[in-house]
Amino acid sequence: MSAHIVPVRVYLIIFGALLVLTVVTVAAAGVELGWLNTPVALGIAVSKATLVVLFFMHVKYSTRLVKLTAFAGFFWLAIMITLTLSDYLTRDILAAGK
Amino acid sequence: MHDVRSTVPKGEAFEAEAGLPRTHYLNATHGTAAWLLTKDHKRIGLLYLFAISFFFFLGGLFAMFVRLELLTPEGDLLTSEMYNTSFSMHGIIMVFFFLVPSVPAVFGNFFLPIMIGAKDVAFPKINLLSWYIAMIAGFMMLTTLLMGGVDTGWTFYPPYSTTGSSSNVVLAALSIFVMGFSSILTGLNFIVTVHTMRAPGMTWGRLPLFVWAQYATSLIMVLGTPVLAITLGLVFAERVFHFGIFDPKLGGDPILFQHLFWFYSHPAVYIMVLPGMGVISELVAAFSRKQVFGYSFVAASSLAIALVGFLVWGHHLFTSGQSAYAALVFSFLSFIVAIPSAIKVFNWTATLYRGSISLASPMLYALGFIGLFTIGGLTGLFLAALGLDLHMQDTYFVIAHFHYIMVGGTLLAYLGALHYWWPKITGRLYTEAWAKVAAITVFVGFNLTFFPQFIVGYLGMPRRYHTYVPEFQVLNVLSTAGASILAVGFILPACYLVYSLFRGGVASRNPWGAYGLEWETTSPPPTSNFLVTPIVTRPAYAYTHADVVSPYAGSTQGERDTGTEETQRV
Ligand code: HEM
Ligand SMILES: [Cu+2]
Repeated sequence: MSAHIVPVRVYLIIFGALLVLTVVTVAAAGVELGWLNTPVALGIAVSKATLVVLFFMHVKYSTRLVKLTAFAGFFWLAIMITLTLSDYLTRDILAAGK
Repeated sequence: MHDVRSTVPKGEAFEAEAGLPRTHYLNATHGTAAWLLTKDHKRIGLLYLFAISFFFFLGGLFAMFVRLELLTPEGDLLTSEMYNTSFSMHGIIMVFFFLVPSVPAVFGNFFLPIMIGAKDVAFPKINLLSWYIAMIAGFMMLTTLLMGGVDTGWTFYPPYSTTGSSSNVVLAALSIFVMGFSSILTGLNFIVTVHTMRAPGMTWGRLPLFVWAQYATSLIMVLGTPVLAITLGLVFAERVFHFGIFDPKLGGDPILFQHLFWFYSHPAVYIMVLPGMGVISELVAAFSRKQVFGYSFVAASSLAIALVGFLVWGHHLFTSGQSAYAALVFSFLSFIVAIPSAIKVFNWTATLYRGSISLASPMLYALGFIGLFTIGGLTGLFLAALGLDLHMQDTYFVIAHFHYIMVGGTLLAYLGALHYWWPKITGRLYTEAWAKVAAITVFVGFNLTFFPQFIVGYLGMPRRYHTYVPEFQVLNVLSTAGASILAVGFILPACYLVYSLFRGGVASRNPWGAYGLEWETTSPPPTSNFLVTPIVTRPAYAYTHADVVSPYAGSTQGERDTGTEETQRV
């Protein structure tokens, strides 16, 4: 486990990016985007989380095994959400067909 | 019934050292504190053994209440509330406090490091912590019990669990929440141990299949258990703070609970059975004196189960209002998950073929496992078929299905492991004849208990009611009779194993003439497992050579290095 020294500048840039994205979140909340409202909000949130994971949590500078581990966590979360949505998104189809 | 242990092959020539080793992990240090603060994975394994044996007998007590009540069609022994509490406490204790920790926490802790040639697990203190967390959870569950127990079933379905039940749901849910962390820490420890602590030469392709199974199980523990914790946390939030999450009255959706709960709990059934499968691979190889047929397929099927096991949970929701399209997908995926399990069963069978089979007591359990697990798995496919499940959901057919796997599978594997490794753990030999009697008693008792439940369930007897129509009585009486035989089968080992501690013969290094690093060290092993770090030069289960020479180079005691052409020091 080699401790990678990250220049302070990088942290500041990421911090700035997170602040900007926060402003974007608030701004986007004020704009009516129809069905896009949720995907846009989630998209911004995911990009912020990605920055935190990659830089603040040092995954970008870690071994492939650590990267794989981090990826697995998100992949399993995706399994949970996708298959659960396979129920919620199709639940009304049959009922509507009646 | 002769004792195979006296007819072990030629390799036993150098098993001549008489008596127990002078110092070993059991007598290295003394006193309660030395045990309760131990960081030795072997002692921690034993701490788990004591704890979960207690919970096993407690859970068994509640099973006896259930079976006694069901002796007659009327509800005469217990009130319906007491009956609900009995089957709930039985399920909760058996699943979360016995089956989930059973093989990993006892035998995984004890043998995983030894089998890969390590001195301990990667994080010994975290290992001890996991035991304390389990004990805190255990005390919370005992408190729940003393306060009157919980009556929601082990599945905690809302809205009953969040707004209906007046039993101690909150404390029980918190207890399982806490228990989950013990499981996560064990899983984490095993994963890191397998990655970083393997002895020189112990490549991934040489890992014993028990280790592969533990590894796959650990992945499930780490990836799945947090979801259980979150789910029970949400039940807590709804019950205590009335957040509307699951209860429709509060604007929630009860089926969401079922999705979250089974996202963990279906994989958890594999947490319960995969380690057992690992044990069976060891036993089948050892008592057929053969390399496990298709080693890499058996290893890979453990990983496949860990992955695909996460894709099928919706088969528990076929009748509960889930979308028909989702049901279709989950049904299909459930048929897929049977494939890796079938690979194991076929490969064990192929291993037996033309093997030099000895029917020692651990092998009797292994053979029982193979047959009963197959029945359990196949009836799982019945239930995964959409049309059939409409008829059988929440009947005794389901009860029989999962008991064939959890008792016929996991519990038999657990007992097989206990008998196989007992001489290594304690340095003592138990009475083999009694062990065979017990194995047969368990097998007969088990089938008599649960086979009638397939029939009575197919005929339509629902689960979780304390009365039933008189037509079903004969089958229920058979089942209760079987449960009594089963109880005898569990009490027997408790007796002769304890007896062996005091009067049993002294075990040699390798009483079964089996192949594997754990048989290379003394019985019981020293605190550091090996006096010299072993160097591995051969694949697992290289049985053709094993009965001729010591299979591993750099054997545990310098003077035992036989220095043949197969052994070399690096
Ligand atoms: C391998 C180990 C397995 C274990 C330990 C296991 C355990 C269980 C348990 C505990 C339940 C009942 C849950 C409850 O409602 O309380 C259950 C139900 C079920 N199992 Fe299994 N199972 C296993 C394998 C399988 C397989 C391989 C399949 C099918 C491919 C399967 C299909 C089902 C289905 C469909 C149900 C739901 C039945 C219903 O409620 O209608 N199981 N199983
Ligand atoms: Cu399932």
